[in-house]
Amino acid sequence: MKQFLSFVKKEFYHIFRDKRTMFILLGMPIAQIIIFGFALTNEVKNAKIAILDHSKDAVTASLITEIESSRYFEIEESLSSDKEIEAVFHKGIVKLVMVIPAHFGEDLQHFNKAQIQLIADATDPNVANQLTNYASAIVMDYQKRITYERKLPYTINTEMRMLYNPQMKGAYNFVPGVMAMVLLLVCTMMTAITIVREKETGTMEILLVSPVKPIMVVIAKAIPYLLLSTINIFSILILSVFVLEVPINGSITLLLGVSILFILVSLALGLLISAATETQQTAMFISLIALFLPTVMLSGFMFPVENMPTPLRVVSNIIPAKWYYNIVKSVMIKGLGVSAIWKELLVLTGMLLFFLILAIKKFKIRLA
Amino acid sequence: MSAISVKNIIKTYGKKKQKVTALNDISFDVNEGEIFGIIGPDGAGKTSLFRILTTLLLADSGSATVDGLDVIKDLKEIRKKVGYMPGRFSLYQDLTVEENLQFFATIFNTSINENYELIKDIYVQIEPFKNRRAGKLSGGMKQKLALSCALIHRPSVLFLDEPTTGVDAVSRKEFWEMLKGLKAQGITILVSTPYMDEARLCDKVLLLQKGKVLSINTPDGVIKDFENPLMAVKAKGMLPLLEKIKAMDIVKDAYPFGEYHHVVMKKEENVEQLKSNLTKADLKEFEIKRVEADIEDCFIQLMKEE
Repeated sequence: MKQFLSFVKKEFYHIFRDKRTMFILLGMPIAQIIIFGFALTNEVKNAKIAILDHSKDAVTASLITEIESSRYFEIEESLSSDKEIEAVFHKGIVKLVMVIPAHFGEDLQHFNKAQIQLIADATDPNVANQLTNYASAIVMDYQKRITYERKLPYTINTEMRMLYNPQMKGAYNFVPGVMAMVLLLVCTMMTAITIVREKETGTMEILLVSPVKPIMVVIAKAIPYLLLSTINIFSILILSVFVLEVPINGSITLLLGVSILFILVSLALGLLISAATETQQTAMFISLIALFLPTVMLSGFMFPVENMPTPLRVVSNIIPAKWYYNIVKSVMIKGLGVSAIWKELLVLTGMLLFFLILAIKKFKIRLA
Repeated sequence: MSAISVKNIIKTYGKKKQKVTALNDISFDVNEGEIFGIIGPDGAGKTSLFRILTTLLLADSGSATVDGLDVIKDLKEIRKKVGYMPGRFSLYQDLTVEENLQFFATIFNTSINENYELIKDIYVQIEPFKNRRAGKLSGGMKQKLALSCALIHRPSVLFLDEPTTGVDAVSRKEFWEMLKGLKAQGITILVSTPYMDEARLCDKVLLLQKGKVLSINTPDGVIKDFENPLMAVKAKGMLPLLEKIKAMDIVKDAYPFGEYHHVVMKKEENVEQLKSNLTKADLKEFEIKRVEADIEDCFIQLMKEE
């Protein structure tokens, strides 16, 4: 036991004395939450648009005011001829041009029918899609308002309700994603690197020629990272609740419990990588390429798994982060209990056992 | 009982096509309380041998015991009892001198106080720097710290793999003094070195070249085996001189040795012949003298005979 404690103490010295790593370990989750929270978002806000109004009457004027006052759009330019449309897209600032034909107001009044053309820069299809949707929604809203006085027969109104995330905040999606990513990075990569470092600097050689049991080396190395990761979970949760206003709807204990399970899976993976590699560079490379990228791509955090082709969907099942991501979404956002996540829990536990047994089996008690 | 016993150890690296033989049928015995030197140039197989004896590597064939324990079967027992100092400085550079020592004491289930007597002479020299990080120590001090750490659990056998490589001459001398002190405490020491001059400081040496044993003997015994007369020759224009000497058929071998050329004669009567031959040649700053062979001369001869 004394052996073990002095080993853990040594690991803490290594971490605390390497200020840069320490800073990355504790700062990364905070930076990620802030970056994802405020900078990287696919919600469209204040998109620059241009308007070509051939009609210039009272109706178009009020429609334009309507658009201007929405938080999605900012009118950058008012065009005066069709020729200018192409030119304005070339400049690249304006992403959408709204073309209102001549006699718009008159047509609307006399024929109960008028047309508006939306021209979008579809180099980024998602943005183009969103912009046209927002613009049509505003036009529809406006139409509803002006037809309110005149009772029309047969109108179908769609009533929408966004469950679990009424404001459609991106944070509800990325907080669980960032949690999975950070835990995986800290636990897997750092444990892998620290064990491999002992091999690289030759200290492993001395440790092997000592009464220390390999399993003890491995566990002593994992403990500081388990602790740091727990701190990271807390900082992520605190930030997301108080800064991003993402509530924790389910049980916090359950959330922490599953997080620790996921941490253990990541640690076991790190051990496995360290057992199989000889240099810190390889360890880092494998952690990044074989783990980090698939985690980002296939866990469902960036791209929905449901929309992927079958082979990728099958592959996504072996990614631990996918299961953890689902659990966090269910517990944190939807507020569900164990009964809803037992399948994911079972999968993660199975992965933990599998990686751990493999890691211990692969741990070399000799140099080669 | 021998402290270390090695029988027919063979170790190869690599796959079939590019197989490299690191150790080729090595056998030797080390008595208890001996300083046993493995002498050989880089690539001779010294480190492989050390790693096999410290249970870090498996030999392809052959057997070895340390302190009566089998290096394969009794892996755990051996790891408790031996002290090992690898060729590369392998302590924690970001831990201080004291923390390193404390750590190794604890993992060997002992404490600094318990065996302080053993390391005292060595440790007092680095104690003034005990709060300095190990990475910031000079080469000689690192060596002393590494030795202290390897000794902290009072090992019965101490393995030192090239402990003096990269250490200055004064520290090297000090280091060997320390080894003598440890020997007096009854610790068996297996030490490897590429420096031939250190061979004399061992009780027994094994000359190793390309994985093969050239000789196992006491340093004096090795030198005694060198039977041919040996001359040291010096003159202006060393390179032409060497060519000239090599061309003579009374000369068995000639090679540069420090500021002289060492010339190995075939027979005793060749000595005078060489002297007169060279005096006739009218060389500038000419000097010739009879010298005692040292380990390096023996090594070179044994190597060429192989």
